[in-house]
Amino acid sequence: MRLTYPDSIRIIRLPCTGKVDVILMMEAFRKGADGVYVVGCLEGECHYLTGNLRAKKKVEYTKKLLDEIGVGGERLEMYNIAASDGPRFAEVAKEMHEKIKALGPSPIRGALQNKEAA
Amino acid sequence: MVVGGGIGGIQAALDLADSGFYVYLVEKSSSIGGRMSQLDKTFPTNDCSMCILSPKLVECGRHLNIEILTLSEIGSITGEEGNFQVRLVQQPRYIDMSKCIACGTCAEKCPRKVADEYNMGLVNRRAAYIRYPQAVPLKYLIDKERCIYFEKGKCRACEKFCPADAVDFDQGERQITIDVGGIILASGFEPYSPALSDTYQYGRFPNVVTSLEFERILSASGPYQGHLVRPSDEREPKKIAWIQCVGSRNVHVGDRGYCSGVCCTYAIKQAIVAKEHSAAPLDTAIFYIDIRTHGKDFEKFFNRARDEVGVRFIKSRINTILPGYDEGNLKIRYTDEGGRIVQEDFDTVVLSVGLDIPQESIHLAQKIGVELNHYHFVSTSSFEPVRTTRPGILVCGAFQGPKDIPETVMQASAAAGAASSLLSRERYALTREKEYPEEVDITGQEPRIGVFVCHCGINIGGVVNVPEVTDHASRLPHVVVAEENLFTCSEDSQVKIKEKIHEHQLNRVVVASCSVRTHEPLFQDTIREAGLNTYLFSMANIRDQDSWVHQSDKESATEKAKDLVRMAVANAAELSSLYRTKLPVTKRAVVIGGGIAGMTAALNVAGEGFEVVLVEREKELGGFATNIHRTLQGDDVGQYVAHLVEMVNQDEKIDVLTEALVADFSGTKGNFKTALVVGPSMYSRDVNHGALIIATGAAEYKPEEYLYGEHDAVTTQVGLEDMLLKEPERVKEWKNVVMIQCVGSRNDTNPNCSRVCCQQAIKNAISVKETNPDLNLFVLHRDIRTYGFAEDFYREAREMGIHFLRYREDEKPVVGQEDGRIHVTFKDLTLGREMTINPDQVILSTGVVGGDAEELANIVKVPLTSEGFFLEAHVKLRPVDTQSDGIFICGMAHSPKRIDESISQALAASARACRLLSQDSIEVGGVVARVDQELCAACLICVRACPYEVPFINEDGVSEIDISKCQGCGVCAAECPAKAITLSHFGDTQILAQIDALMEAR
Repeated sequence: MRLTYPDSIRIIRLPCTGKVDVILMMEAFRKGADGVYVVGCLEGECHYLTGNLRAKKKVEYTKKLLDEIGVGGERLEMYNIAASDGPRFAEVAKEMHEKIKALGPSPIRGALQNKEAA
Repeated sequence: MVVGGGIGGIQAALDLADSGFYVYLVEKSSSIGGRMSQLDKTFPTNDCSMCILSPKLVECGRHLNIEILTLSEIGSITGEEGNFQVRLVQQPRYIDMSKCIACGTCAEKCPRKVADEYNMGLVNRRAAYIRYPQAVPLKYLIDKERCIYFEKGKCRACEKFCPADAVDFDQGERQITIDVGGIILASGFEPYSPALSDTYQYGRFPNVVTSLEFERILSASGPYQGHLVRPSDEREPKKIAWIQCVGSRNVHVGDRGYCSGVCCTYAIKQAIVAKEHSAAPLDTAIFYIDIRTHGKDFEKFFNRARDEVGVRFIKSRINTILPGYDEGNLKIRYTDEGGRIVQEDFDTVVLSVGLDIPQESIHLAQKIGVELNHYHFVSTSSFEPVRTTRPGILVCGAFQGPKDIPETVMQASAAAGAASSLLSRERYALTREKEYPEEVDITGQEPRIGVFVCHCGINIGGVVNVPEVTDHASRLPHVVVAEENLFTCSEDSQVKIKEKIHEHQLNRVVVASCSVRTHEPLFQDTIREAGLNTYLFSMANIRDQDSWVHQSDKESATEKAKDLVRMAVANAAELSSLYRTKLPVTKRAVVIGGGIAGMTAALNVAGEGFEVVLVEREKELGGFATNIHRTLQGDDVGQYVAHLVEMVNQDEKIDVLTEALVADFSGTKGNFKTALVVGPSMYSRDVNHGALIIATGAAEYKPEEYLYGEHDAVTTQVGLEDMLLKEPERVKEWKNVVMIQCVGSRNDTNPNCSRVCCQQAIKNAISVKETNPDLNLFVLHRDIRTYGFAEDFYREAREMGIHFLRYREDEKPVVGQEDGRIHVTFKDLTLGREMTINPDQVILSTGVVGGDAEELANIVKVPLTSEGFFLEAHVKLRPVDTQSDGIFICGMAHSPKRIDESISQALAASARACRLLSQDSIEVGGVVARVDQELCAACLICVRACPYEVPFINEDGVSEIDISKCQGCGVCAAECPAKAITLSHFGDTQILAQIDALMEAR
């Protein structure tokens, strides 16, 4: 389909969103990611039965952690998209890109850059 | 040879190829996938059709023992069972498949636009094209009929621009002769064309579309990218009507007399999906004669559509469509339940067209001497549902009779089973196996990585600065060599990669190119040929995820490519070799249940040369079928069951254990152990086996209503069938008889349709009427569900003067008695008033309920549905497998079904079991989770989290994961609080390395 979506996105491939855990998501932020989103199968259609539902819980939990430490839970999202739904994938990419752009750089990245500058 | 590359053909080919046979898959069009590839969603789960089909396509395309022959049709078949010579005629593709890299340049440059058949003509494609993006083989073709060069002698734009020099206008028709042992016909159906009659103004009003057109409209890959609009003005519809039975259940000229069996459920699916797609509230109305949701869990789907989603169901046959009040709208006149004539306008009308047999299939059958029935479907018998009239030629799917996807898949496996038992002595005689050099041990070596960056013609190179990316790669840690290729996937590039591995002693390889989806196995195979473990490979997707989607910003696409390559290199450095362990297979099957399904499965497994232990709970074999005397078509069931019992008892490979129960079950696929308690003396016996087939059947609902058991004049259909055989004189005395349908089905306790009762009622009704033509016979029903060819018998019954009267679920008939005389009171929906009949006999069409399988289900750990039937691994594509590998289900244990359907599924289950048993060993391992026992605190979280119930606490008191059962999803690894579990190949070190590599540039 070759639908254009924002070039700010880099994909890390996992067998199932069920493999995503809090540490992986937090590490991405710690290393300076401005936003992270997890994309899995539609609910009820998980290739591995229930992995995406577990991921959903972990994403929700991690959002709270991000709120607590001042990074902001809104920088993390979970989406469920059917593998055939290219348009939705592109739409989500745009949505996430716009949202993160509006929020600006993550405070961690700012701090990392300051540290480097110093 | 499998003829037809739809889902049926694909399944049959895969089953056979995995069982030790070399398969030719012959497909008329340019790619496999068939009708299923055109569907948006599949009922009743509304799974995305392409998502579940695509892995099968890829598997077929890559299979070493499946040869796909596209654009090919059968010219002639000579010879006989076991030794056929098939002459194929293959049309030219005009594109050299070995050169085409599917970049799409030819289509882009082709100036000729023509209607796109894949999208049902709703949009255009070019004359150089590919049927759909996921097509297998993924090779373009030139449509000779529409090509400007073939028409006018000049153009050849595709040839000029093709970066791979793949266009070849000199190709011609080819004749190929192939020797095969057996043939499976799976050529499928075509949608009925409503243009054959003017009733529905199809072709005249643009907003009257067929259901397959609507499927494309709904699809994200369709003409409107899944945006729900109507064709005339691309406006979002507010009201859509579905008209059922278009071309089905009708004996008028051009129409088909049978029921297509799938249209009710697909219309419900489309209505639900359309409502989901629509931003504004959408009104949906389905106009029907009978709603036929007779498949497993389909009735619940129907209930949900009506009660929760708000789809309107209107029982009215529509005869005309007129222009509506507003431009483009359509007016439908119908009779409502109160008998009033109503006119209603709709934005779009969807014609639920039936399944039709294409002319080519009719010609094919005539040419090869396969008999067809009066509707042009292949003739088969009740007891041999996959055999055609020509020995050695089998059939499956819609060419045998209208059916849905799971029924097709089931029958495809059944046909594969029948073919493989035919050829079982030739197993592995012609299959190919690949030989590889010994693997290099890289333990303790520093990573030495080679990076190959692909231009993909101009696909990547035209956007991404490939030399710059290659230069960046060469400077990354551990990278020893970085090179660029025009096409990394080409044959010469594979040679080059292997040379570089040897020259630089590479122990990891990274390719930056297209997608793992299509190309990872190729490169993994290449490095394996050079002695590297296949898991020492990592891929960066710089085409689908980069150059194709960021075409307008070359600089930023190049930066992204660098990031992706850096991530892949970092990942590669952390990779290690993974090994798959071989476990031997115990070549014996256990079949539980000695009814028709169980006996059929046992005989077929034995016929393929494997030992079988057949376990039956009762004293005698035969199961529920012993209560049935004949089928709707008139075949003698009693005789057939007796024949089966005799065959089973005579078969040396089958060990029959009656009065036997399963006490314990353990092990994994290929190596199970079942503990049995056998006979009146209850001695115990352990059986080691490689596969398990569950065929425990179901039970007949025992009515508590309608005075059953309280009055002698109330009996069940089974009771009536017995009476017809044994006391026909009693039937001759009757004057009035009432049959009541859906007793114990389609209600709150058992929401599903029992599928067989309507046919059983009609079978017996015809028989009663034949025995006593003067009596009045009333069938009180909610919908008559004589799907497929059974519709003929429903028509016959009506013509005989049997009265069919509808009742509503909330106004069930009342059976009462007065002075010992029975009466039935019900509300007739046509007359709109209450009626009372004083029948001599009331016959209850009792439903099928789950057998008491709970204990067995617990022992073998296969879940049951809420109605007590065994749950299959996937409703659509794995209808006989269970979630536990090596355990299969068939017959009524899966869901209510007819005898021929049970036999089909039993053959399918045996084929799936034999596929496993035919292997000498099975490979386990690879991407699986492993527990570090030092770190495990035995907290049980993994035990609870695993969706497949694999981890268990072992004798040492720590968690253990059986690698032969692990599916590799990684849920346990993510959940484990002690981080004691690692999912190999996708470990935290590998993922974190990618995150680090990505972020270091920022």
